[in-house]
Amino acid sequence: MEVGNIIMYFVIALAIIVFSVLTVTTRKILRSATYLLFVLFATALLYFQLDYEFLGAVQIAVYAGGIVVLFVFSILLTHKPGEKSDAIATHRRWLGLSASLLGVGACGYALFSQEGFCTKLLEETKSLDIAQIGNFLLSSDKYGYLLPFEAVSVLLLACIIGGVVIARRR
Amino acid sequence: MDLTLLMYLVPSLIMFGCGVYGFLTRKNMIAIMISLELMLNSVDINFVVFNRYLFPLSNEGMFFTLFAIAIAAAETALALAIIINVFRALKNVDITEINKLKF
Amino acid sequence: MPLNLSIAVVAIPLFMFFFLGLAGVKMSRKLTGVLGVLGMLVTTVLAYGVAFTYFFGTGDGQVTAEGVRQAVIVWNPDWLAFTPTLVARMGIALDPIAAMMLVVITTISLMVHLYSLGYMSDHHGNPEKGFQRFYADLALFTFSMLGLVVATNLFQIFIFFEMVGVSSYLLIGFYFHSPAAIHASKKAFIVTRLADLFFLLGIMILSYYTGTFDFFNQNGMVGMTDSMDAAKAAIGSAGAQTFMGCSVMAWALTFIFIGGAGKSAMYPLHIWLPDAMEGPTPVSALIHAATMVVAGVFLVARLFPLYVIEQGAMDIICVVGAFTAFYAAAIACVQSDIKRALAFSTISQIAFMMTSLAVSSADNGLIEIHEGYGLGYMASMFHLFTHAMFKALLFLCAGAIIHAVHSNENKDMHGLHKYMPITSFAFLIGCLAIAGIPPFAGFWSKDEILVACYEKGLGWGLWMSAVAGMTAFYMFRIYFLIFHWKEHKVHTEHKPADQVWTMTLPLIILSVVSIVAGFVPMHDLVTWDGKELHTQLNWVVAGSSVAIACVGIGLAYVMYFKENPLPSKMKNSMNGLWTAAYHRFYMDELYQFITHKVIFKAICVPIAWFDRKFIDGFMNMLADVTNRAAYGVRRMQSGSIQSYVYVYIMGALLIAVVSIVCVLM
Repeated sequence: MEVGNIIMYFVIALAIIVFSVLTVTTRKILRSATYLLFVLFATALLYFQLDYEFLGAVQIAVYAGGIVVLFVFSILLTHKPGEKSDAIATHRRWLGLSASLLGVGACGYALFSQEGFCTKLLEETKSLDIAQIGNFLLSSDKYGYLLPFEAVSVLLLACIIGGVVIARRR
Repeated sequence: MDLTLLMYLVPSLIMFGCGVYGFLTRKNMIAIMISLELMLNSVDINFVVFNRYLFPLSNEGMFFTLFAIAIAAAETALALAIIINVFRALKNVDITEINKLKF
Repeated sequence: MPLNLSIAVVAIPLFMFFFLGLAGVKMSRKLTGVLGVLGMLVTTVLAYGVAFTYFFGTGDGQVTAEGVRQAVIVWNPDWLAFTPTLVARMGIALDPIAAMMLVVITTISLMVHLYSLGYMSDHHGNPEKGFQRFYADLALFTFSMLGLVVATNLFQIFIFFEMVGVSSYLLIGFYFHSPAAIHASKKAFIVTRLADLFFLLGIMILSYYTGTFDFFNQNGMVGMTDSMDAAKAAIGSAGAQTFMGCSVMAWALTFIFIGGAGKSAMYPLHIWLPDAMEGPTPVSALIHAATMVVAGVFLVARLFPLYVIEQGAMDIICVVGAFTAFYAAAIACVQSDIKRALAFSTISQIAFMMTSLAVSSADNGLIEIHEGYGLGYMASMFHLFTHAMFKALLFLCAGAIIHAVHSNENKDMHGLHKYMPITSFAFLIGCLAIAGIPPFAGFWSKDEILVACYEKGLGWGLWMSAVAGMTAFYMFRIYFLIFHWKEHKVHTEHKPADQVWTMTLPLIILSVVSIVAGFVPMHDLVTWDGKELHTQLNWVVAGSSVAIACVGIGLAYVMYFKENPLPSKMKNSMNGLWTAAYHRFYMDELYQFITHKVIFKAICVPIAWFDRKFIDGFMNMLADVTNRAAYGVRRMQSGSIQSYVYVYIMGALLIAVVSIVCVLM
């Protein structure tokens, strides 16, 4: 179990790293979307590994099943199949690299300088089941999320209307 | 060898760096959106991991991620609608060409 | 007749102005003219009634108290209250000079209205354009002038001063399609405006120190000695204040005189009047000979109780008046344009009135009332009255002649006596009157002026007598050159003749008035303190002035009655003087030089340069810097979201690095 967990972690971490890099480096936009899908799947696996089954399910359903499909649709609407985007200009590449590497460097330094992070181990807890999550979402008690839940539902409604209005052919 | 907190944060960090790089370098608006999703996703992972490791008895990180996913979905849908509309008007999704708002 | 009717006297011309001005274009020219004349006739009758009641009224209408004729304030509502005590009012006040001026203005205005029916009916054979406008402007002028003379306070006088200026401007520029008329109207307006600036300054100073604009007390019937006392009190409070060695009161009164000098064409502000003759001749008769140009004299007369105790201002008026009288007479001797000659004659005669007013205080500034004070004042007003009549007559005659021969130059006229006998006789009467031959009107008034001048000093008297002789000479020069000199061949074909009855009738009426006006008992009616002034004919002065006038006439007869080479000989023998006088001693050129070369070139151009280079330059520099900065900064608004994000990330990293460094420290 322990060894399996570690192997599983390395697979997930490797997938996340490799596919993240591929997502932003490939010149074919459809492939980019596909690599994003793999990254999202790997993230979902990571959630499962951390005992957040519901979150992982949502990740797969919403991200992989919804957003990536949207991406694919819009890519197909706006691009010819197999179209390669232009090579990135050198100065832009340096710009992007400098920003991201500096950011990663700064954050990495912050992470690695925290000694607790290196030693903190997973504690055994009982994971939430769906019924509890539902109660939390719709409760107005302490640790209840009724208000954000309703706000998000209004946001989604606004988003639907906005999407219709924007995409409608005049 | 144990799975420490740091080990989960490193892939997330790299994912975020990739998102930044993609956002800054890609010219295709949809590719930029994809990079944005990468960054969002890495933040989600951070929420979950911190929640699981540092505050195992509470669930705020998990719920925050839940809402973040919902909002990201909404935002993506809207952004793609705008991109398609821009494409319809300009026959182009190259962000360097779409600079009418400058000056 | 109640004195309240004086409100109607002022109101009717105002109504006629609006009525003819607005409705005139819908009416035929004849109807407009007849309505204008009728309106003026009603005004004249009312004005005569008011003046008669004022001077000779008995019972309720009586305005004399203990032998002193009082001023009557008919109507005087508050208009602008600057402070609780300093209030500008609009009203109607009657006193001897106001009542006299009512008669003068309405009489001349009526004559001119009637005369214009004929004169303005055609312009070189074509129907005159703007006939209705002409009558509306005449009504406006009449209203303004009446409002001026009945003003109860300085503020109102100033307003009406401006209004007569405007109507004068409108009427000089009546032929607005002719550039000469436009220039003349502009010149008149600008010169008088310049003078009015000083007038306004004077009003400000005077009202500041006296705390009032009013001429009379508010109690209605107030003797003029009261205003004298008020003036004394005012001087007493202001006399302590001095500015550049003179009391502020002297400054104020001098400034006010400059305002009056602008309107009355005193040297050196006279330059507009000869040019104003570009207007139609009836306008010249009404405005630029009889009424408006005496506004300055009227102004000084109105403030006489103040002037009489401020000897410095009086001396200035005296010198300016005496010089102007001589200067204008000298120019009038050589002018060939009859209207210009008459204009200079007018300037000279107005200067007579001014001088007469100024010599009126010939007692070294002592503030005691004695007999000699009032003579010059009375003579001035008397001459104003008679001069208005015969000068209007002369101008109307000139208009008839110009209308007949279509020229202003006397070389185109010569020998008209045979063709225009009525005009010729009327002109002759006018000339005799202005020359001062008894029993014509001018003799009586000019004689009083000369007496007053001799009382001031022998030098003043001799000077003015000489000018009176010149007056006789140049008037008869004009007369002989127009009506005699030689037979003009052109006339045999062209046949100039006396004009239609509307033009001839005013000539006859004014001729009669010019003969009898001298018998008006002016020394009884119009005196500065309201008391009767006892005068008797000074036989020495009268005899000598008549003799001088006869000499002048005789000289003119010898030189100009028959065609002869004498004038051209004279001209050749003193060519320089003649040319200088003909060109009005180059005053216009001097003004041109001062305005163009000195003011424009030396002052305005550097100021304009400074304004453009420094004031504007500084502003332009600000704008330029802003502009360049904006052009530099706008590069940052590239519209590229990625560069924004890059800057944003770099900023966030900077903050992160700074925090890390701070933590590490």
